[in-house]
Amino acid sequence: MSNMIKKETDGNLPQVERTESATTFTPRFDIVECGDEMTLYGDLPGVEPENLEVRFENEHLIVHGRVEPRHEGRQHVYGEYGVGDFYREFRINEAVDASKIEAELRDGVLTLHLPKAEALKPKRIRVKSD
Amino acid sequence: MLATRWQPFSDVWSEMSRLGEEMNRMFDRYGFRDRLSGGAPSYPALDMWQDDDNLYIEAELPGMKLEDLEIYVSGDNQLGLKGCRTAAEDEKASWHRRERTYGEFARAISLPCPVDSDKVHATLKHGVLTITLPKIEETKPRRIEVKIE
Repeated sequence: MSNMIKKETDGNLPQVERTESATTFTPRFDIVECGDEMTLYGDLPGVEPENLEVRFENEHLIVHGRVEPRHEGRQHVYGEYGVGDFYREFRINEAVDASKIEAELRDGVLTLHLPKAEALKPKRIRVKSD
Repeated sequence: MLATRWQPFSDVWSEMSRLGEEMNRMFDRYGFRDRLSGGAPSYPALDMWQDDDNLYIEAELPGMKLEDLEIYVSGDNQLGLKGCRTAAEDEKASWHRRERTYGEFARAISLPCPVDSDKVHATLKHGVLTITLPKIEETKPRRIEVKIE
């Protein structure tokens, strides 16, 4: 019972809810800057889209992916890696237009597009000459 | 282009130590493997499971498609896995961080029991490859009836 908590629901029988799994891993990320945006690519194998949470607050970008157990009822024979949730936090120094952040998860790879805020985009300055 | 910014020393130091911690955690995930084999880690890392009927081999291959992979069973207990993970290159882009691995890989692993190589199948879902290898009849565990006289 140590990893279970009981959740009271109004009028109904208490429901048993599984808490987050004990092991959390740091996913590997690539960060690329190109023109008007920063793009982040993260490896999150085994994370289903509904189990992924991406937040941006106070210049911090937080990625948390929950991984469901995949081999329940089977015997573990040999292992080279651990399976657990993924968590990563980045401090984004650049001013980013938070309302325009886009995220997509495909084949276990998270792609995050962070468009730079208007003020930071490089501007061409006209040079006047008389 | 990545601009060089002047930063107070303390900030640089905290960034460095945080990076160190992250690296440690990244290696911890595969750390126990190095202790077992005593060599350099092979890519991709594999996990093996079994039940009465099948062996299941799992590998994390985010961003890959089944058609990029070559899976073969030789003899009745050797499994091979080959593939190539390519990076999306953009010459105009500047890299801030590069932690993900790319390139060709090949691995072979001995299976703990013979399998029926004609019935092996593989699925790749959310970047996780699962190869299901049916055990041959002779190696399946059999329930022995105990008669009471």
